[in-house]
Amino acid sequence: MSHETDWERPLEQRAKIVVERLNAWYGPVHAIHDISLTILDRRITAVIGPSGCGKSTLLRCLNRMHEVQPGARAQGEVLLNGENIYASGVDPVTVRRRVGMVFQRPNPFPTMSVFDNVAAGLKLHSLLSRTRFADTVERALRRAALWDEVKDKLKKNGAALSGGQQQRLCIARALAVEPEVLLMDEPASALDPMATLAIEDLMRELVQDTTIVIVTHNMQQAARVSDKTAFLLANAQGAGELIEYGDTPQVFTNPKDERTEAYITGRFG
Amino acid sequence: MIGQYTRRKVTNYLMLTLCGLATLAAIAILLLVVGYTAVNGLPYLNLEFITQTARPLGEPGGGMRNEIIGTLILVGLASAIGLPVGLLAGSFLAEYGDGRVGTAVRLVADVLTGVPSVVIGIFVYIIMVRSMGTFSALSGGVALAIIMLPIVARTTEEMMRLIPATYREAALALGISRWRTIISVVIPGAMTGIVTGSMLAVARITGETAPLIFTALGNRFGFSGLLNPIAAMPLQIWRYATSAYDTWHQQAWAASFLLVIFVLFINISVRWLTARRYGYTR
Amino acid sequence: MVAMTGYLLESAWPAITRLGVEFLTRVEWDPVQGIFGALPGIYGTLLTSVLAMAIAIPVSLGVAIFLAELAPNWLRGPASLLVEMLAAVPSVVIGLWGLFVMVPVIRSPIERWLGQSLGFLPFFQGPPFGVGFLAGGLILAIMALPILTAIARDSILAVPSSQREAMLALGATRWEAISQAVLPYARSGIVAAAMLGFGRALGETMAVTMVIGNGYRLTPQLFSPGNTMASKIAIEFNEASGDLYIGALVELGLVLFAITLVVNLLGRIMIRWMAPGQRVGAQQ
Repeated sequence: MSHETDWERPLEQRAKIVVERLNAWYGPVHAIHDISLTILDRRITAVIGPSGCGKSTLLRCLNRMHEVQPGARAQGEVLLNGENIYASGVDPVTVRRRVGMVFQRPNPFPTMSVFDNVAAGLKLHSLLSRTRFADTVERALRRAALWDEVKDKLKKNGAALSGGQQQRLCIARALAVEPEVLLMDEPASALDPMATLAIEDLMRELVQDTTIVIVTHNMQQAARVSDKTAFLLANAQGAGELIEYGDTPQVFTNPKDERTEAYITGRFG
Repeated sequence: MIGQYTRRKVTNYLMLTLCGLATLAAIAILLLVVGYTAVNGLPYLNLEFITQTARPLGEPGGGMRNEIIGTLILVGLASAIGLPVGLLAGSFLAEYGDGRVGTAVRLVADVLTGVPSVVIGIFVYIIMVRSMGTFSALSGGVALAIIMLPIVARTTEEMMRLIPATYREAALALGISRWRTIISVVIPGAMTGIVTGSMLAVARITGETAPLIFTALGNRFGFSGLLNPIAAMPLQIWRYATSAYDTWHQQAWAASFLLVIFVLFINISVRWLTARRYGYTR
Repeated sequence: MVAMTGYLLESAWPAITRLGVEFLTRVEWDPVQGIFGALPGIYGTLLTSVLAMAIAIPVSLGVAIFLAELAPNWLRGPASLLVEMLAAVPSVVIGLWGLFVMVPVIRSPIERWLGQSLGFLPFFQGPPFGVGFLAGGLILAIMALPILTAIARDSILAVPSSQREAMLALGATRWEAISQAVLPYARSGIVAAAMLGFGRALGETMAVTMVIGNGYRLTPQLFSPGNTMASKIAIEFNEASGDLYIGALVELGLVLFAITLVVNLLGRIMIRWMAPGQRVGAQQ
């Protein structure tokens, strides 16, 4: 199925994740308030907004990582392929298996080799017999555009790579279990410009067959890589609300809400 | 795949439950020890126990007055030696401890913490008891002082390092000498920490038994000078416990209960003090 | 330290010269004949300490994991406090409790049951005395537990949450995240805890002395009364007469000192050796 025909399908068929009236708290602090939006299949959705607007929280609610922190909870619906991942009886472990995540700072496992880092998820799920790990690890590293740089040091410590390589290693680690959705929380904020560009190129490659949601504070980055952009802003109580959501060119060139315009033109944030 | 997923879930719950059970077991042991000590010791812990000396075997009653006094003297002696020396060593480490000498002193203090107390007892036996020709309260105090030394030194050092450098610099900038700065600015600031460290050290040595076997020895009669053997509660608990007589066992339990109450009281008040002073919640 | 070693050496000298290297390998201990062998003491010390670690390491890891990872906030403080208070109870009190409360339970049902069901193993043969190596190992496990737990807990708490989250985000269960990301990251701290706990167990005296039964044998039977170096010294020192006898006990103390020193130093070296993982991790 090519891109073009894909665009023409009705919205509800192309929806990968539908968020319905999502609220999240850290203890007594209301972090996001009543957010609803639809994330399209095999598209890059960028979530932007000033710091403290709840964009990371929103992202972490999409694979139930939010609740990992002490005192954190969420309410509302997140439909992944039409199934509510917050329904009772849904095991977050199976959700996270399908919705992978890349964090703000590269976090390879320092006690594992490059190979074992990528294979960590495979081992958890015993998806393959051990002899076939090698193929999958290689494929994941190739998709993360890291293979050529590390193919000779697969046995070296994963934390001995450069920062940009570490982050791509983390992407490879997430890709190895072949998630349907990849969540990226400011994946390039700790990297230099060259490494950032490499990650952005990589995202355009990956989105051919996965869905990507990226949180970024860098508006140029959002404009460069994403198809859809969501703008979040904290309300008077400090809880993040969705101000505007639309196609990226429209949001950046012709925002409907004046607060969006103020933010993207750099008047605050 | 389903089977494998179920197995992972079961392993998860099983291991997490085991961790909880381990914690329960550890806490249960403490409660059992304290509980048994209370149940067995409390009935015999009365005024007589504190004010009377031991009666001959077969006669009921009697107490541990000599042992209690002996322990107080020993702990007092040890503190008189160990606290100032530990304080000085700790101040030295905090202020000048970054050089080679400091590293060496710190290493020695750490290694000293790891030396079994029985070895320290033998050491003091050799340097003091043998050369002086008699077991003595003094040698017991010295042995206990050596045990408390590294504890006091390291807490003092850590607490003094917590004092912001700006305080120090302010005092130094006024032309106050370094040692006066330490005495008038750093030590008062670190006081709570130093006091709590010293309290912990005292609690630790109050129950120490092994080194006293080689130094204080024990003494059935009352206190008779620092250069003579002296009685001590922990020693007497050991002797009574390994005896064959029920009345002595009862005395051992009562003395143990007294020790446990004292030690737990110090430890818990130290917690309370540090929690208030430093907002230490863990 | 140097003075300590020196004085110990000097005092043990009559024994060292008279008893020679055989002191370390001889099994008999007969003050009347002037024959002294340290081997059963060394064996007893190592056996009880290894036994203690075999029990205490898994238990304290469980406690540390619970306190650092699982316990709700309101429970964490009080539970930690209670576990740490166990370290404050004087050794002699633990010994008293061990002798009158734990030992009867060990004799029956524990040793009786072990003897009946696993009696084909050499460890579980022989009459159930109650006092003996098994009791000594258990009491040492109890005494090593708090320090093991405290250090392991602190090193688990020091693991950055990004490590935990990385594993969870791959679809790991909580236990998998702990066992595959958190514990490996904290391993140098855990090894340090084990070494420190082991060192503590080796030198612990009073509680062991009270429950180990004062035997002096080289036997695999865990129910058998035995002695550690420390307990042997504590029990016999005041009765010892003559330079040779006292010298032999001091030499025993010297051996104990040397072994604890080696264990503590090994611990430090192992920590340094293990450090790369920790160091690289710290950069993140």
